[in-house]
Amino acid sequence: MTPVQRTVTKTLIALLMMVGFTIALVPLYDVFCQITGLNGKSASQPRAVVSGEVDESRYVTVQFITRTGSGLPWRLEALNRQVRVHPGQAYEVRFAFVNHGKTASRGRAVPSVSPSEASLHLRKVTCFCFQEQRLEAGEKLELPMMFQLSSDLPEGIHTVTLAYTLYPVAEGPVANNKSTSMQGGDA
Amino acid sequence: MRKMLVLAALMASVTGLSRAARAAGWNMPVGVTEVSRDVYGLHMVIFWICVIIGVIVFGIMFYSLFRYRRSKGAQAAHFHEHTTVEVFWTAIPLLILVAMAIPATATLKDMYDASEAELDVMVTGHQWRWHYHYMGEDITFFSNLDTPREQIDGTAEKGENYLLEVDQPLVLPVGRKVRLLMTSSDVIHSWWVPDLAVKKDAVPGFVNEAWTRIDEPGIYRGQCAELCGKDHAFMPVVVQAMEQEAFDTWLAERKQEAAAAASGVDREWKLEELVERGEKVYGSICASCHQADGQGTPPTFPALAGNQAMMDDLDWHIDVVVNGVSGSAMAAFSGTLNPVDLAAVITYERNAWGNETGDVVQPAEIQALIDP
Amino acid sequence: MAPNLPPKAPLEHSQSVAGSPAAHEEEHHYRSGPLRWLLTTNHKEIGTLYLIFSLSMFLIGGVMALVVRLELFQPGLQMVQPEFFNQMTTMHGLIMVFGAVMPAFVGLANWMVPLQIGAPDMALPRLNNFSFWLLPIAFTLLLATLLMPGGGPNFGWTFYAPLSTTYAPPSTTFFIFALHMAGISSILGAINIIATILNLRAPGMRLMDMTLFVWTWLITAFLLIAVMPVLAGVITMMLLDINFGTSFFNAAGGGDPVLFQHLFWFFGHPEVYIMILPAFGIVSVIVPTFARKRLFGYASMVYATASIAILSFLVWAHHMFAVGLPLVAELFFMYTTMLIAVPTGVKVFNWITTLFRGSITFETPMLFALAFIVLFTIGGFSGLMLAIAPADFQYHDTYFVVAHFHYVLVPGAVFSIMAAVYYWLPKWTGHYPDERIGRWHFWLSVIGVNLLFFPMHFAGLAGMPRRIPDYALQFADFNMASSIGGFLFGFSQLLFVWVIVKCVRGGAKAPAKAWEGASDLEWTLPSPAPLHTFETPPDLRGFKFH
Repeated sequence: MTPVQRTVTKTLIALLMMVGFTIALVPLYDVFCQITGLNGKSASQPRAVVSGEVDESRYVTVQFITRTGSGLPWRLEALNRQVRVHPGQAYEVRFAFVNHGKTASRGRAVPSVSPSEASLHLRKVTCFCFQEQRLEAGEKLELPMMFQLSSDLPEGIHTVTLAYTLYPVAEGPVANNKSTSMQGGDA
Repeated sequence: MRKMLVLAALMASVTGLSRAARAAGWNMPVGVTEVSRDVYGLHMVIFWICVIIGVIVFGIMFYSLFRYRRSKGAQAAHFHEHTTVEVFWTAIPLLILVAMAIPATATLKDMYDASEAELDVMVTGHQWRWHYHYMGEDITFFSNLDTPREQIDGTAEKGENYLLEVDQPLVLPVGRKVRLLMTSSDVIHSWWVPDLAVKKDAVPGFVNEAWTRIDEPGIYRGQCAELCGKDHAFMPVVVQAMEQEAFDTWLAERKQEAAAAASGVDREWKLEELVERGEKVYGSICASCHQADGQGTPPTFPALAGNQAMMDDLDWHIDVVVNGVSGSAMAAFSGTLNPVDLAAVITYERNAWGNETGDVVQPAEIQALIDP
Repeated sequence: MAPNLPPKAPLEHSQSVAGSPAAHEEEHHYRSGPLRWLLTTNHKEIGTLYLIFSLSMFLIGGVMALVVRLELFQPGLQMVQPEFFNQMTTMHGLIMVFGAVMPAFVGLANWMVPLQIGAPDMALPRLNNFSFWLLPIAFTLLLATLLMPGGGPNFGWTFYAPLSTTYAPPSTTFFIFALHMAGISSILGAINIIATILNLRAPGMRLMDMTLFVWTWLITAFLLIAVMPVLAGVITMMLLDINFGTSFFNAAGGGDPVLFQHLFWFFGHPEVYIMILPAFGIVSVIVPTFARKRLFGYASMVYATASIAILSFLVWAHHMFAVGLPLVAELFFMYTTMLIAVPTGVKVFNWITTLFRGSITFETPMLFALAFIVLFTIGGFSGLMLAIAPADFQYHDTYFVVAHFHYVLVPGAVFSIMAAVYYWLPKWTGHYPDERIGRWHFWLSVIGVNLLFFPMHFAGLAGMPRRIPDYALQFADFNMASSIGGFLFGFSQLLFVWVIVKCVRGGAKAPAKAWEGASDLEWTLPSPAPLHTFETPPDLRGFKFH
């Protein structure tokens, strides 16, 4: 191999490594978010309750916000909009789903925690957000969400807001035809 | 000594200038919160540090350019490195930076202070308006640009607050810590009011938070700061800060108004009533995309005037307006408009611009749909 | 002649090369006309192609900027609608970054790297031809999107998702394809430059003997290899989100729009340095020439360039301070960003110390290089201000940012390219560029550029967001001044075109060493440089470098 070929080979290897790194960045980002609480992503897997000290000297307000994204004829409502909890104690709150559409459809609730640091200390034991839901036309469904704020929640945090945004899950292959689907329907 | 005096006089006149500059809107506003004053202070400190470094560096540079011109017979020296000097000018900037980082860190920590707030407001960005929800108070409303189209097109004289005026401002009490939760229903927006030194992105599917405590009653204007599509320039933020009592009164009135606006769900509405009300709703919510004349701007925003698919299928029309269209700019309005407004705007769309369907959608129908 | 000039001995070499072209001229005569330019593998011809392409893109992107400035001349919507305005700002940014500045530097590298290291050509001449011809195809496609239904890209040159995915015009797929091609071109160019610099240096030239221009390009090429795949990755994810139903950046499917910004700026910040490091190299070559004094702190210049390149991977989230990062992340990125001021400061101090006690003349290339030092430093100052995270909440996404990056890119990168063109035109054409028109071009550009960009600082501080086609009345004066400056700067560039055309067609004959104080290897060759140079590598043992 000539020296030029050697250099080119090396740069190509470096290039391939960067391509691999780029592909790895997506899962790495999720791992990074879960470690640092970046962007308030909460865990997508249930976690066990940690039986430990309950900090009864402290109260933290936990708020629940529910929103529905476009394209899903559902309503999601937090039956307990706000609870005051002790860090370390497990609580259960309930959410009501209603499909007021005329057909069955599937939806997924995407959680977001604010302040984002709190997502590290929020342990969801059961949550409807771990899987997608399917509701028949007109069906109502009440689902529980059990969570625990770990007792090492930073002192400065007094309010934790947990937002759920409902998004439709595509029934067919691709839901993403955007303007064309609108156009097709409209014109 | 004389040099020092001249320098002091120069500094004084420049500081005076910066005060004048601020008055004329050349500088960052000092703002009306403790955080905004801290930020302004940081901004001025770093600015003056830069000015001083600039004066020294450019001073030496222009001196060299002037003094060592070849036309004046300058002979080039031979030195080309000097370790001590090089270490020195690596170390000094480092020290300045450390000195700068300390107050900046403190201010940043203040901005992230998560202590308990007395009022929580959910701010949702929409293409191209803001929606406010006073949590725990059940007050929600859209805040739309209120500048008439004629002013933008230049057929009418522009008003004092051109593009910075809304139909319903966000009203906040002074002296109270307010927590702002930001999210978006479509693309990324950014809620910004310079006088509060709050700028936070509203990201779809995620909730961000910021907080403020306003010191003085007044009206503070800002804009969306993140490119969010065609009308990015036309979604201002207006905050009206008032004393607690006035705020409480406003809150009570606002609740009554909302109740009045939503009332009449049960009664039978006439076509003319709905069309009249629907025209207003359409003008403030729908016209930015579908245009006042219903022509839209295809392919992104379909035309409603003469839209046969829409006229033929009433259920589908209602579904689109109430629930939105996934993956498009068409938002779901069930959470943000009351049933009367929804019924009115749908009725209007079915009877305006030559869409003479004669259909009347009753608020009660919508109510039944949303809340079966 | 200044006493510090290199000994004459290596100049002898030019005689030996001057004789050789005759032999090659024959082989090139059979190909003439357009086909010759299409198939050329000669580094000088490809360099020329790159430079011509870059200049045309600079003019096209400039016209788009003028459309923007025309609309912003007064408050209200007069000339264009917001949809078209957004397409203009987006295309202006994309064309200037990927079509004008980057190809200009690659063109300069093609021409000058082999001449400065004593190599006969680039290491991979045929690849070189391919990398260039990808560009016109890519940009024709990109420009064609403007004519497609729904218009061209309208989401800003940073194309944040989901505005650029779910809410984008149908032409976005073509935009992605065009960007992919431009990216491949950059990667191939970078591989070629690395292979050339590492392998084809003339005997006797060690790495630390290379000119700063070659050094900065070597480091830039490594940056390109490192980050272009990230750009390719991020636009591929966009493509999948748009056309194949994935949800990388779509919250509805479990994705995250903020991930887009992390990935984009992981590419984007090094990209910013890709556009400025070669400029540092050019200025570090020109300033010593006209100060007739060796560059001060050569080694520290190299180390500073390398430190800036490494730091560039650790600062990306300073573009995202308002996106809702946790406190620790804000602090980390604030500190790393502030650190960049240190190596950048070292560079500025070194240039000024090079001037100190020199023997300075002010030919056009020097004027542009000096303006670069001053105006780039002003851009550096506003950069330092932007690094302060709490203050950045006020600056972010305002015209203050627009002022900042235009100061580092226009009187920064673009002025350095102009300086390079004036500096090396005698070597390329054998004629001196017209000094009188050059000076006019310089002074009109300097006045225009400052009138254009300085008021933007004030507009931004006063609260004007970027990327808006219409604005509140208190910003009117700043915008009017900017627009006047914009037109002055824009039309002054016609002088630049004139100078170049005039210089190609004739002018005062330039000797081998066109500038009295020049000492690098290219000045040992005759002017114009023959098509084939350094066919036999010059023996540089004993050559007194820089």
